[in-house]
Order: sequence, then C-alpha cells, then structure tokens
Amino acid sequence: MAAVNVLEAKGLTKIYGGVEANVDVDLHLDQGKITALIGPNGAGKSTFVGMISGRIAPTRGTVYFKGRDISQLPAHKRMQLGMAYTFQITSIFPGLSVYDNVALAAGLRLAHDKQAHDAKVHAVLDRIGLDDRADQTAGDLSYGHQRVLEIAMGLAQEPEVFILDEPTQGLSETEVDAFIALMKSIAGETTILLIEHNMRVVAALADHVTVLDQGRVLASGTFAEIHANDAVQAAYLGSTPHA
Amino acid sequence: MMASRKPLALHLGILALLLVLFFVLPAYHVGAFSRIMVLAIYAMGYNLLFGYTGLLSLGHAMFFAAGMYGFGLTTNLTGFSVIPAFASAMLAAGLLALGVGYLALRTAGVAFMIVTLMFAQTVYLIILYFGTYTRGDEGFVVQQAQRQLAGIDLTTETARYFTAFILFSVCFLAMAKLVQMPFGKRLIAIRENEERARMLGYDVANLKLRAMVISGVFSGVAGASYALLFGYVGASFAGVQYSIFPLLWVLLGGAGTTIGPLIGVIFMFYLIDISSGWTNAYMLVAGIVLVLLTLFAPQGIVGTLRKRGVAWLP
Amino acid sequence: MDFGPHLMLASLEGAVISAILVLTAMGLSLVFGVMRVVNVAHGEFFMLGAVLAWVVSTTLGGHPAIGFIGALIVAPVLVGCIAAGVDRFVLKRVNYDADRTIVATIGVLYIIQQSTLMLYGPEARPVQPPFNTRLSLPWFEFGENGFAMIWPWGLSITSYKLFVIFAAAAVLVALWLLLTRTRIGLIMRATQQDSDTAQAFGVPVGKVYSWVFGLGAGLAALGAVLVVPIQQAHYLMGGDPLLLAFIVVIIGGLGSLPGTVIAALLIGMSDGIISVFFSPTLAKIIATFLVAMVLVFRPQGLLGRAET
Repeated sequence: MAAVNVLEAKGLTKIYGGVEANVDVDLHLDQGKITALIGPNGAGKSTFVGMISGRIAPTRGTVYFKGRDISQLPAHKRMQLGMAYTFQITSIFPGLSVYDNVALAAGLRLAHDKQAHDAKVHAVLDRIGLDDRADQTAGDLSYGHQRVLEIAMGLAQEPEVFILDEPTQGLSETEVDAFIALMKSIAGETTILLIEHNMRVVAALADHVTVLDQGRVLASGTFAEIHANDAVQAAYLGSTPHA
Repeated sequence: MMASRKPLALHLGILALLLVLFFVLPAYHVGAFSRIMVLAIYAMGYNLLFGYTGLLSLGHAMFFAAGMYGFGLTTNLTGFSVIPAFASAMLAAGLLALGVGYLALRTAGVAFMIVTLMFAQTVYLIILYFGTYTRGDEGFVVQQAQRQLAGIDLTTETARYFTAFILFSVCFLAMAKLVQMPFGKRLIAIRENEERARMLGYDVANLKLRAMVISGVFSGVAGASYALLFGYVGASFAGVQYSIFPLLWVLLGGAGTTIGPLIGVIFMFYLIDISSGWTNAYMLVAGIVLVLLTLFAPQGIVGTLRKRGVAWLP
Repeated sequence: MDFGPHLMLASLEGAVISAILVLTAMGLSLVFGVMRVVNVAHGEFFMLGAVLAWVVSTTLGGHPAIGFIGALIVAPVLVGCIAAGVDRFVLKRVNYDADRTIVATIGVLYIIQQSTLMLYGPEARPVQPPFNTRLSLPWFEFGENGFAMIWPWGLSITSYKLFVIFAAAAVLVALWLLLTRTRIGLIMRATQQDSDTAQAFGVPVGKVYSWVFGLGAGLAALGAVLVVPIQQAHYLMGGDPLLLAFIVVIIGGLGSLPGTVIAALLIGMSDGIISVFFSPTLAKIIATFLVAMVLVFRPQGLLGRAET
C-alpha cells in the first residue's frame, strides 16, 4: 500500500529575533504510522510541533493537512480538522473531575448526543484504566495519572493525527510499558507524531525517525538506520543513545 | 455522572423558600428581598463571566446601567410600555457587552480589569455629559403610570415582590441550566486552563465573547428590573461602586456556584443594612469583608462548604 | 483676555496639575514596576496625605509655614508606614498574586476611605499655604508701538503654585538619584529585574517590597500635602488622582519611570489646557476612552517598547 501523507510540513522556519530555532524543516507523516521526532535539548522540537499545531506562527513555511494548506488556520481550527496535541508539561483542567476532563475533549464532536458522549468518555477511561477514578478531581491525581489523563483526552478527540510532546517524561517503567502498549493499539487507525527522549520508547514504537539538531533535520530513516548514523551519535555529544 | 437531582431539588427548594418568605417576613424585609432578588440577577450575570469563565471585570456597572437607562429612557422619552422598554434594555446591554467584549477581550489579566474599568468610567461620564436627558447624578423617576403591565400596578409591594421573584426564578433556572450545558462546561474549561481548551479545538475567543454578552444581558435585565420595580434611574448605579458590588457578592457567596450569588447578595445586603444603622461609613464593612475574603476564604461561603464535604453543591 | 495670555495661564495651571500628578503616578509606577501589582488603593494614600496635612497643620497652629513644614515631613512618613503595614499584612499574604491583590486593595481602598469619613467627617477642609503672594505675569505683544510688554489683567500665578512646580521637580531629581546612584536603588532595580535571582543573591525581597510600597504611597501623600493649600482635603478626593495616575502609568508604559514622567507632563498639561477651553466632562470622556483603547491595542503603553 502506498503511503498517504496525512500531514506535511515544508520549509518550516522560525527565527526569534535573529536566533534560528528551526530552519527549513521538512517532514511528512504517513497515514497510520508512528513517526518519532528526536534530538538533543534545544534542537527545536517543541518549536516545530508548535508550528504544526498552530500555537507558534512560523517565520515562513507551509503546513498541509490531507493536502490542504492549513498554515493560516489558528490552532483551534486545526484541532477541529482532526488533530490532537498533548503538552510537554502536563496540561489538564485541574479543578474538574477526571470524567469532565475527558468529556470536554470528546465534547467537540459529541456534545450534541448525550448518550454517545457519555459512552465515549467511559470507553476512553476504561481503555486507559482510569474509569474507577472518574469522579476524582483531576488536580488531585498523581503525576503519572495526570499524564495518562492527558493522553486519554487526546484519544477522546478521536484525532487523525495525534501529536505527543514527550509523553513518557517522568513516568515509571511500568507506566512506560503501558504507554507503549496503548500507542501500539491505536496506531493504524491514528497517525502519530511522537517527540521522545526515551530511546526505548522510540525503538519499540517508531516506524520512522527524524532527528533534529540545531533547528535542522540531521537525519531521517528507520530506527536502525538512525541508530547507526555517525552524525546522530555526534549530535548527542558522543554519548550513545541508550537503546 | 453525579446525581443531577440534588442540585435541581436545591434550586427548586430555594425558589419555594423565597415564595414562603413573602408570607412570613415583615413588610420591611419583603421590600428588602425584592431588591435582593433583583441584585442577585446582577450577581449571577457577573458570576458567569468571573466565576465560570475566570474573567475579572471591574466595569460591570456599565451593563447594569445600560439596562437601567435602556428601560428608563425609552419609557420616559419615547413612551415605550413595559415590554418593549424591557426588550430595549436587554438589547442595549447586549450590544454594549458585544462591543466592549470585542475590544476588551483582546487583553487578559490585569489589563482586562483596567480596560473594563475605563470603559465603565466612560459610560458613567457619558451619562453625566448628557445630563439634559439623564439628569446626571440626581437621576429621574419612572412614573407609576408607566410601571403597569397587563393592568397590574407593579408599584405595589406585592406585585413588586412577585415580579422580582418571577424574573429571578427565570434567570436562576436558566443560569443553572446554562452552566450544566456543554457551553457552560467549556467556559469552566477556559477558566481552568485556557490553552488546553484551545488545543482541544474550542474557539476560546468566541466562547469568551458569548459569555460576555450573556453576562451583560443578565446585568442589563437586573438594571431594567431595578428601574421598573423601584422607579428610579440614576448615574450612581453606573459608578465604580456598582462595578465592585457584584465582585463582592460573588466572592462572598462563592464564585462559580449557582447559589453563591444569591447568598452573597443576602449577606452583603444585610451587613450593609445593619451597619448603616450606626454609621454613615457603611462601605467600611464592604472593605473589611473584601480583604478578609481574599486573605482567608477566596472560595466564598458556598465554595468553602463544597470543600468541607458538601461536594455536590452546584 | 486674549487667546495668547489665556493659553499661558492654562499652561501654568497645567504645570501645577502635572507636578502633583507626576508624584502620584511615580508612586503607582514604582510599585507596579518593582512588585508587578496594581495598587487600587493608591488614591486613598493620596487622600490620607491631604487629610493628615490638615490634621498636622491645625494641631501645630502658629504660622502656616510651621504647619506646612510639619505636614511635609509627617504625612508622607506616616502614610508610608501605613502602606508598609498593608503590604506586610495583606499583599504578602496573597503572595502578590495579581488578581487577588487588586481585589484586596479595593478592600483597603474602602477601609481607608470610610475610616477617614468616620474620624475626619464629610467636610472639605482647607490648609493655609505657607506663602501666597500673587505674581502678575507679563505678556509680549506686537502692538502699534512695535514690540511691547504688557501686563494683562488676570494673568498671574501665586508664589505657592510656582513653589509646587519646583518642589515636584526637586523630588523627582532626588528620586532619580536614589534609584540610580545609591545601593538602595540598586537593590530595588535588581528586585525589579528578577526577584528570584535577587533573593538568591541575598536581597531581602520581602523587605524591599514593603519599602517600595511605602515609598510609592509616601510619594502620593507628598503630592497631596503640596496640593491641599490649593485644593481642600476631603475623604472622597482620592478617586480622580487614582484615575489620572492610572492613565499616566498606562500611557507611559507600565512600570517605566521615564515614560511616567513624560506622560504625567502630557496628561497634566493637556488636562489643564483642555479644562480651560472645553467641558471637563467631555475631556474626561475622551481621555478615558482613549486610554482604554491604548491598553487594548498597545498594552506596552504609548511610550513603552514591545516585549519580544
């Protein structure tokens, strides 16, 4: 099956007062595949996904969603088209119940149909293992649970493209395992862009890996290819990415 | 989901209690409660924006005044009867809120507070400037002949109480429903985490503007009701003090709760009523309550109760 | 009077208004600049300064100059101490959270204003100026006899008003020296830049905040002491200075001290000139509306630079 581009970035560039955060970054996401975006700290990964999701206005460059130029659309319109985004620093509605957090995420599509809405929320909570905590205030959850909740919110949006900014940061090993299993279960139906530091996760999940360094694409390929790439090794200051 | 029966029972119980109060309270307090119910509409309107959406306006008196003058001026100058005058009042408040919201919502936080304060001050000064029609600080009286609806004289104590009660009930139940609806939940989402709400695909700017307009219309309804039921229209209702009052009521009762505004108004009304009995510096009480609330109970009466175990409180 | 002399008179009145305004607005701007909070009770510290000036001058008696000098020292210091107390017992406890500080200072506003009403009463009371000679001013004109100096009737200023202008200028210079040439100023600027880092380098940030808040209120009180010989002391007199000071601080760019000075001159002068020629209410309507628009479209102020 020929790969279909769901999301494509062409020549995305962001310059902050003379500092080049991203220069001519090209990237495309194949339908139903998991693409990992890796690179050392300060490589410009968050700036890049910020430009894709519409949170950061690019200096120049274009973003296409299913062939349509969405560069001028504000963030919320891009999300409405079928994108979801989880923040690097956990971002939930701390004063609301777990149920309401997920209900808000599902509500954009389902708010008109009460029963389908409620069913969807419970289905997502069940899948992620938070159903027994539905009535708990989200801000009172443990850090790990809050992270999982944010991913659950992304799932509830039923996105075509799911962008996750360092989702496993601060999670325990068992929680990381659960995350890997979850991602594997949704890949295929959902196209995933993963920003990740944890090479175990990248190795386990990524169909395709793109390496950013100093705002530019350094390398691109399968995990094995990237792993063997000398330039990538050098970019990580000689320290081998712990596979 | 949480049982939605308890809140409904509470809301209907409160309305029933207000109905009973008419028959058991002495005349003075019946008059006081007519006023309290009208002011509570104002507080509920403010609460939608401050308590639910998380936007602190320091200029809501302009919407109250838009309703009050929208009603008073149309009856006095163009001879509108009650219903069209009331409709013009709501329209005036809604349009003002739309315009102010469109501009002020470009700012956030402290700038939003100051911008709303400045716009309200502009409206207040405009009322003074057109003193020929508004009679400025002195204000004017809406004549008894113009406060008749379907043959009922709304100036009698009984008619006044029940009109206030009906208006309050409609607004109270509508607001309780509104904040339970997806729209209300989305406003709360903006209060809790605006960026997250945006990244879930919600048009935050549009939602805020709609909250502003609904809040303005509620405030305008309160202003028009005040003119209708108490027959007086004056610039003091457009002053800074009347922008501070709803903040005070909502903070005291509990921001982001359905019954908080009413409870805040009742408490504050009687606090000021009692203290003005022994000093003309009755606003001292308001000042002390504000400081104590910010220091010790930022969640107000209902918010504190909710935290101390009555979690289902709406 | 002709237009020319009339304009000069208006400008002089404007200069007096600017002088008072610059002190009041500097206080507000300083507090916002260093502490990042908006003090809504600022106008009440101004009022308190005026009322205390009356109290001090009536208590001391004797020649008006004795009372005036007494007030000049006592009122700002006392008001500064009260403000420092407010900082310690209220602002510190809400952690200088922007929203809660506004709400709390609204409360403080009413507490000060209404306490004054209880203790001082609703009357407006005058304070005698220490000196008050009327100085006629000349005007130059090209007449039939060529260039001539005339003394138009009504074109005059009192020696006291001139003193106010110079006093304000002197205080400004002193403040500027304090901020740029002393250790105290250095500490304040360090705190303004980054309070966390300042704390790490041993700056007692809590104490600095109390001092800054006190200094800000003291400046307002000082302006008020200067103004009471011209305008009487009244418990509701804090509203207008608060609004004007807000306008000045917003136009000048929040927290920028040079911007504040320029804006105070601009607003004070135009207020003086406009209210001589136009309806003051209309002037206020336009000014208030324009300030709101400035905040909407240029939140960094007319004179401030955009942060990147």
